[in-house]
Amino acid sequence: MTNLSKQEALVQYAAQIGDNGLIIGHRMSEWCFRAPSIEMEMALMNCALDLIGQARELYTYAAKLDGTGKTEDDFAYLRDEKDFRNLLLAEVPNGDWGDTIVRLFFMSAYNKLFFTALTKSTDEELAAIGAKSLKEVTYHLRFSSEWLIRLGDGTDESHERVQKSINDLWAYTGELFTMTDGEKMLLEEGIAVDTAALKPEWDQIVTDVLTQATLSRPENKWAHKGGKAEGIHTESFGYIIADMQFMQRRYPGCSW
Amino acid sequence: MTDTKEWPLWEVFIRSKAGLDHKHCGSVHASDSEMALEAARDVYTRRSEGVSIWVVPSNAITASKPEDKESLFEPADDKIYRHPTFYDIPKGAGKM
Amino acid sequence: MYGDTSIQKPIKIAEPTSEEQARLEELFQQKIDDNIKIEPQEWMPDAYRKTLVRQMSQHAHSEVIGMQPEGNWLTRAPSLRRKVILLAKIQDEGGHGLYIYAAAETLGTSRAEMIEQLQSGKAKYSSIFNYPALTWADMGTIGWLVDGAAITNQVALSRGSYGPYSRAMIRICKEESFHQRQGYELLLTLSKGTKEQKEMLQESVNRFWWPSLMMFGPNDADSPHSAQSLKWKIKKKSNDQLRQEFIDATVPQAEFLGITLPDPDLKWNEERGHYDYGEIDWEEFGNVIKGNGPCNKQRIAAHVKAHEDGAWVREAAAAYAEKQQNKDVA
Repeated sequence: MTNLSKQEALVQYAAQIGDNGLIIGHRMSEWCFRAPSIEMEMALMNCALDLIGQARELYTYAAKLDGTGKTEDDFAYLRDEKDFRNLLLAEVPNGDWGDTIVRLFFMSAYNKLFFTALTKSTDEELAAIGAKSLKEVTYHLRFSSEWLIRLGDGTDESHERVQKSINDLWAYTGELFTMTDGEKMLLEEGIAVDTAALKPEWDQIVTDVLTQATLSRPENKWAHKGGKAEGIHTESFGYIIADMQFMQRRYPGCSW
Repeated sequence: MTDTKEWPLWEVFIRSKAGLDHKHCGSVHASDSEMALEAARDVYTRRSEGVSIWVVPSNAITASKPEDKESLFEPADDKIYRHPTFYDIPKGAGKM
Repeated sequence: MYGDTSIQKPIKIAEPTSEEQARLEELFQQKIDDNIKIEPQEWMPDAYRKTLVRQMSQHAHSEVIGMQPEGNWLTRAPSLRRKVILLAKIQDEGGHGLYIYAAAETLGTSRAEMIEQLQSGKAKYSSIFNYPALTWADMGTIGWLVDGAAITNQVALSRGSYGPYSRAMIRICKEESFHQRQGYELLLTLSKGTKEQKEMLQESVNRFWWPSLMMFGPNDADSPHSAQSLKWKIKKKSNDQLRQEFIDATVPQAEFLGITLPDPDLKWNEERGHYDYGEIDWEEFGNVIKGNGPCNKQRIAAHVKAHEDGAWVREAAAAYAEKQQNKDVA
């Protein structure tokens, strides 16, 4: 199966969950001074702070497990594109408010189930991070579900726009339920979450909210994959890390 | 570009901890009550200032008029017999 | 929070038209003199209301526009710790703008009207945000100098006469105490860093020093409307008083950082018990206010774009709410 040691697999696992938080948090922070109202600006920045906060805890844990003196910043700033193992859904560009809400909704529905399961991990630190993160993503799911319903059942224009967002982003949802070899190995130890098993519940949440929003669920079963398993990203990802890592790359080894 | 329909204004009341009253702390604009509640949460409890929130449409509040102040509130000023300090009780009577 | 009162235009005070008017104004001034706060709905002179709406909306606009220069660095923050600090700080600014808009709305001007005035150029915001944030050091300098100047202003404003404004300012001052500290801490880190980091620090302070002093507005002699604002306790201290307070507090902090401030005339005056300082370039100030600053156009354009891009969203939410209300009725 995999030639990773358990410890290596665990470092990668913690980092990969962290990557989802950092990258989607990064995208959320790009909404700064661009949201439809100040109240919504505040809401998105709270989400961003939650998600980046999750990444920090997971990277810190990964660094501790790694044992070579790394810090959270080594994970965010000094890894290359291929080392990031986030879901592609986390990295696709923000688009308009509808795209952003749909992404947050798909992701938060997944995160809620994922972190609920993670609280039962035999790894105590992951279980604790899962419990804290669960509270945050529960709010994100509530916030994004309500917005999805407002947009779906709002004006003709908003209905049409957000249906398009759903159709466009749908192909990125299949990857949520894939398992890497490392995850499968950790699953046997009761450490990792069985993401494939989350799908029926995720489907149920999505169907319920879409129905309330008078929106339809795409039939398309095609799924883009590669972020999580191989570090093969979308074209937009290179710009995220070019932006994010610019200071650390330009001034190596400095304290900030 | 002007908004034809600005989201209505809501007044925000926050209970800072169990056992205390909800206290007015500001307002938010939101299109519906759920959004108002969440906006209040996102805006007014960023530093753990609350354990419970009320939001009320601003236009649902009936307020007394400043010009009625004299007739509404001053008549109470001379009813000093409503206050315990109005009464002289000798020390010998014990704590009362 | 940026309590910038520098961009006020003088307001012509209406002559009392009748004995009644004169009596009301006298009572009003008496309340102010007795330090009784003025609350919404109470009688107030038109000019007091107008001055306040103008000052508060400018203040709120400054907070909101002030998110832009710092927002530019959010995605480039060089550590995760700095990234969340910056996010939380910028978020506070949005929150502070919101508190002040809400306080201003109690005077009968809607947020939508205020935003329209900002976008049409009728309402101003603090001149400082028309300067660009070019380096990471600017994130520290903005916290240290710009927020520092703002806090000096705002502490005075929190004792102002209008209840909702003063309450908003108290909340804001409490929240904002971390803003200046995080900026100074950031700069301290640079001051202990490499040669390049130290240069980055000095270069940033060189650019922001004078514009920060301009935040306090024209010299008292050129600020004729200040007297009325002081009498009404909308302002509690004059522009020059506040500027001097800021300079006196800041110079020792600059020395501690091991940097120089770009003013050859800056020196301690034993007799006055204050620092003397050089002449501010008022021509530059006037130009930036008029719209000729390096970023005036971009700042407003970004605000307009966000507002227009969000129009369909605001309409959708309003339409949804209306449908729900109709359902409830039916």
